[in-house]
Amino acid sequence: MRRLFKLSLQKPELAGALLLLVLVIVFQIRSDYVFLSVNNIRGILGLLPETALVALGVTLLMICGEFDLSVGSVFALMPMTMAVLVVGGWPFWLAVGAGLLVCAFIGFLNGWITIRFDIPSFITTLGMMFMARSLTVVVSGGFPPRIRPGEVPSWIFAGFVDDGGLIRASVLWFIGIAVLISLLLSKTNFGNWVRATGGFMPAAAAMGIPTGKVKIACFMICSVLAGFAGMIQSLRLNSFLPSIGEGMELQAVAAAVIGGTALAGGVGSIIGGLIGATLIRVIDNGMVMSQVDANWFKFAIGALTIFAVVGNAWLRRRGRAMKVETDK
Amino acid sequence: MTTPIIETRNLHKWYSGVHALKGVSLKVERGQALGLVGDNGAGKSTLINILSGLHRQDDGEVLVEGQQTDIRNPKDAMGLGIETIYQYNSMVPLMSISRNVFIGREPLKWSIGGFGILDEKKMREDSVKAIADVDLHLRSPDALVGELSGGQRQGVAIARAMHFKSKVMILDEPTNHLSVKETAKVIGFVKGLKAQGVTSIFISHNMHHVFACCDRIVAMALGQIVLDKPVSETSIEEVSEKL
Ligand SMILES: Nc1ncnc2c1ncn2[C@@H]1O[C@H](COP(=O)(O)OP(=O)(O)OP(=O)(O)O)[C@@H](O)[C@H]1O
Ligand SMILES: [Mg+2]
Repeated sequence: MRRLFKLSLQKPELAGALLLLVLVIVFQIRSDYVFLSVNNIRGILGLLPETALVALGVTLLMICGEFDLSVGSVFALMPMTMAVLVVGGWPFWLAVGAGLLVCAFIGFLNGWITIRFDIPSFITTLGMMFMARSLTVVVSGGFPPRIRPGEVPSWIFAGFVDDGGLIRASVLWFIGIAVLISLLLSKTNFGNWVRATGGFMPAAAAMGIPTGKVKIACFMICSVLAGFAGMIQSLRLNSFLPSIGEGMELQAVAAAVIGGTALAGGVGSIIGGLIGATLIRVIDNGMVMSQVDANWFKFAIGALTIFAVVGNAWLRRRGRAMKVETDK
Repeated sequence: MTTPIIETRNLHKWYSGVHALKGVSLKVERGQALGLVGDNGAGKSTLINILSGLHRQDDGEVLVEGQQTDIRNPKDAMGLGIETIYQYNSMVPLMSISRNVFIGREPLKWSIGGFGILDEKKMREDSVKAIADVDLHLRSPDALVGELSGGQRQGVAIARAMHFKSKVMILDEPTNHLSVKETAKVIGFVKGLKAQGVTSIFISHNMHHVFACCDRIVAMALGQIVLDKPVSETSIEEVSEKL
């Protein structure tokens, strides 16, 4: 039992993984065995990398002790910027680069304002959420830009990579990026600084870690990932709408939290964020497949989020009550 | 006489109206165990926070080994061999012991521009060794610091400072809120420093602790030094009277 506690304390994403497994089985049965059909998995895999990329960035940022509510707007702003530039005659890759730079700049602003004026990132990014959304509409000029299919190499990001048409390039991009960020967090000194900064900032600062810069870097990574995810979605649907990504910010926070990331910072893992995002997509899709009224979706995510936070807090309290023994 | 390892000259510090240090000049000799005492708000923490790079003086000079130095941040202080141990500030509870020992100074397998891959094996081995060197016995370097008792935590903090070859160790009330037994342990660590030739500045409200492990007492009141004597030439009564 003790060991179980310790394990769930060190790997807070385990509970989420377990729940995921149970849900998959339940949905498979309830949907008369079409939940795990190729067609349905294709549907889930289309949307999953996009949600998960956003969740990944938000998870990293939360581990560092900050929030980002502007990811949903950045999700829309990046593809819009890119599309407008492409329509305006820019080469595709240059437009992609410019779009990502815009995201990086927004992330920088989020971080810089938060650190410089010592205000909660909740507020900074709430403001940025409105501003970036507004910018998206302004940039579009009221008319969604049209890019003819085949005009840009969408397939690199959203095309199917296998003959069966199951796995899209976006899945591979996602896996690659997830592995990278995960290694960054667990195997590098930067990752150590991120955890220390989010875990207990006075200690990190006293040990000479540039906590402000570390946070700004995380804000930037988070924004760039959100923009990249938005670009993938837009290329997949080949439509550039100023309204995409609304509500994404809260789903991303929910995914991170369900995956075991602590609201106070310092704790969490990339795999946890991935499990959280998968849970959200599976619940969304599974409810439709088992013919539950789709309006229950948000209820389910909300309840799960609260449950996850309560459960993790409880685990941590229990964990704190246990001391390691010394052999002296 | 040899050059003092740390010397301050006429340090002043204001905090928006509060004159926290009013011209503090202090010489700390190599290998000395200096006890710094004073009432709440006397300016002890302010003084040592300047030495450890958390704050900067508004006026006055700091000399390290005779060289005038500008300590701009904790990294600078650590680079000069000044390590500080605070009651709360020095460990991240939800990180492992080995990660805590190397926060900000991680050994890297390879790196580009200061960023790189952690050498986790070395971190584990070195932290085990560092902890054993201060006579603390912990089962695993992978345990979370949050699972340690207060005394063990201070032990790890001291082990960390020792590992990085600190020349001067500053301890700001390291025994606050510790049980009697744990306090004894920390006092033991502090005494051990002297044996290893490390200069120390030990701040405590408990005169008995200070008298037990220091060989010189400096007392502060209202931002000034009011007494500075070898332990053998003063008494708890005399020091208490000055505060
Ligand atoms: N960050 C700060 N901002 C404003 N005033 C401060 C700050 N730090 C200390 N002070 C003030 O400076 C004076 C000296 O404080 P300091 O913390 O150095 O005292 P101390 O001797 O360490 O006291 P204690 O024994 O309570 O720790 C006090 O009047 C305190 O209120
Ligand atoms: Mg103090």
